[in-house]
Amino acid sequence: MSQNTLSNPRIDDPDDFYASLIALHNGLTTEQSQSLNSKLILLMANHIGDRAVLDEMLSAVETDSPQG
Amino acid sequence: MRGVRQIYPFTRPPELDTDKRTRVPVIIVGAGPIGMAMGLDLDLQGIPNIILDDDNKVSIGSRAICWAKRALEVVDRLGCGERMLDKGVTWNLGKVFFGDRKDPVYGFNMLEEEEQQFPGFINLQQYYAEEYLIDEIDKRELTSIRWENEVTAVSQGDEGATLSVSTPEGKYQIDCDYVVAADGARSPLRKMLGFDFGGETFQDHFLIADIKMKAEFPAERWFWFDPPFNRGQSALLHKQPDDVWRLDFQLGWDIDREEELKSEKVSERIHAMLGDDFEFDFEWVSIYTFQCRRMDRFVHDRIIFTGDAAHLVSPFGARGANSGLQDVDNLGWKLALILQGKAPARLLESYNDERIAAAKENILNSTRATDFITPKSEVSRIFRDATLELADEFEFARRFVNSGRLSIPTILDDSTLNTEDHDSFDSKLVPGSPAIDAPVKINGKESWFLKSIGNNFTGVYFARQGANAPEGAAQLEHDDIPVNTLVVSDMDVAGSGLLLDHKGLLKQRLDGQPGTYYLFRPDQHVVARWREFDSQAVRDAVARATMQAH
Ligand SMILES: Cc1cc2nc3c(=O)[nH]c(=O)nc-3n(C[C@H](O)[C@H](O)[C@H](O)COP(=O)(O)OP(=O)(O)OC[C@H]3O[C@@H](n4cnc5c(N)ncnc54)[C@H](O)[C@@H]3O)c2cc1C
Repeated sequence: MSQNTLSNPRIDDPDDFYASLIALHNGLTTEQSQSLNSKLILLMANHIGDRAVLDEMLSAVETDSPQG
Repeated sequence: MRGVRQIYPFTRPPELDTDKRTRVPVIIVGAGPIGMAMGLDLDLQGIPNIILDDDNKVSIGSRAICWAKRALEVVDRLGCGERMLDKGVTWNLGKVFFGDRKDPVYGFNMLEEEEQQFPGFINLQQYYAEEYLIDEIDKRELTSIRWENEVTAVSQGDEGATLSVSTPEGKYQIDCDYVVAADGARSPLRKMLGFDFGGETFQDHFLIADIKMKAEFPAERWFWFDPPFNRGQSALLHKQPDDVWRLDFQLGWDIDREEELKSEKVSERIHAMLGDDFEFDFEWVSIYTFQCRRMDRFVHDRIIFTGDAAHLVSPFGARGANSGLQDVDNLGWKLALILQGKAPARLLESYNDERIAAAKENILNSTRATDFITPKSEVSRIFRDATLELADEFEFARRFVNSGRLSIPTILDDSTLNTEDHDSFDSKLVPGSPAIDAPVKINGKESWFLKSIGNNFTGVYFARQGANAPEGAAQLEHDDIPVNTLVVSDMDVAGSGLLLDHKGLLKQRLDGQPGTYYLFRPDQHVVARWREFDSQAVRDAVARATMQAH
């Protein structure tokens, strides 16, 4: 895996998926949204399964400091 | 209350009446489960030792109840395993409940393979285990306990160590070659010597109530996250012998300790959990905060730390006494070989390395469980609850649920004492694994494999035909560090030391094709194995496992 593989576009009709993702959160409190996001992350992580890929994603989004 | 437990009388030590200094090979400080097990192991190894304890009774508070399979196997080698098994409540199943759901979201089984002498776990009050150890010590020649003998100072030099001991009738000093510190989590010895004990204390309180009641719950470990009777917190229910049950309520960080300990308040909690119309008596109630800590090194020249004195874990996972007993298992034979002049003192480094690796593993598991049970941040809590909600529907999420990963033995696969495999084996065991049990017959009598190995280096040979040991095996029995060879056969032929593998399970579990030879350490761990017996290879493996210079 490389940065490229992570960044290659793979989803058809991105606007539509993005809208569905946001729509999921309609009317939710921040806490409910966080809960939903957590479930989504866990489901997606399990689907990906490959620990090397997951680790690469973790480091791709890791920030240096809480402010960063 | 806890029945009445015995008081062990102080007897005046001879040192108080003479100027002659006593010297013993090993002095053990602390008659908790770990110190007493150490005394028994050294006795089996022929090493005289004295156990000093500042108190005169067994541990009666709410302490260990869950004894894991490997710990039971160790204690069985020391002579008390069957008594613990007979008295204890056997269990293998754990269930996890969440919120208002009636059905568990997750269940686990601690016994992966049936047909072993000991189950995944038994529950037994720590005071029973300690009493059995005391009874066994009373039967032995080379170990004894001195009650109300408090160690107040320790010093060491090139030749050994000296302890200052305070008793109700006066003080004395005593010399030894080695000190085993088994003086518990607050280890006065560790403090006297100024050694650090790094780690963390978790910001949470747990109310532990041992109660006596007649109840029909099964002998399983039941754990609740966020149950209706303890909203936002966790709870645990566990069965002990004598109709005693352990209830464990998470309370949170900001609590009024005194208020929480009032018996009306505790009763209220218990009734909310188990229903209104039943009766119970309190055995013991206390509030705990939990910690995960360990020393940087366990071996400091002549002073060796074991058990809670060396490492401390939160109880989720029952890795406290269970890992301490594995310290004993690891240390006994090494100390004996050193004291007999058969191995160099640096063999103790392997105790340090192997048991620090184990302590790290236990602390990691215990910390992760504690973080799941008591999330440290809002996000961590949200993920935790999300995991539990998913667990209902999605099997994968159940595996994230962590209510304590229960004690399983550490595999010492990184140990330098091991001889690497050159042949291939289709077995769960690797060099560094504790042996796995299996039913066998010896002289027509049903027995267990683990009862036939241990205390010495033992070779286990899967016979090609009949009951013949491989040529050259007999000579190994006369080496400085002897190796006795047991022959395993699935045919009922006469032969001394023959293990009849009547169910074929030993062969299966060890991948014991004919001709295979396993070498086990005195603590029953695999140290080397071959498809062909070669006495020189065995001697080299023993030399490596005992750090002999070549
Ligand atoms: C609530 C709770 C639940 C637990 N549940 C489990 C469980 O289910 N399974 C499990 O495996 N573990 C469990 N543990 C952990 C277990 O109780 C300990 O790991 C175990 O007692 C450690 O044994 P030890 O011999 O190292 O120390 P201790 O049992 O603390 O014994 C130390 C001994 O040293 C003596 N001593 C201290 N200072 C001196 C001195 N200066 N001179 C002479 N003697 C001295 C003390 O009197 C004591 O007898 C639990 C602990 C708690 C608190």
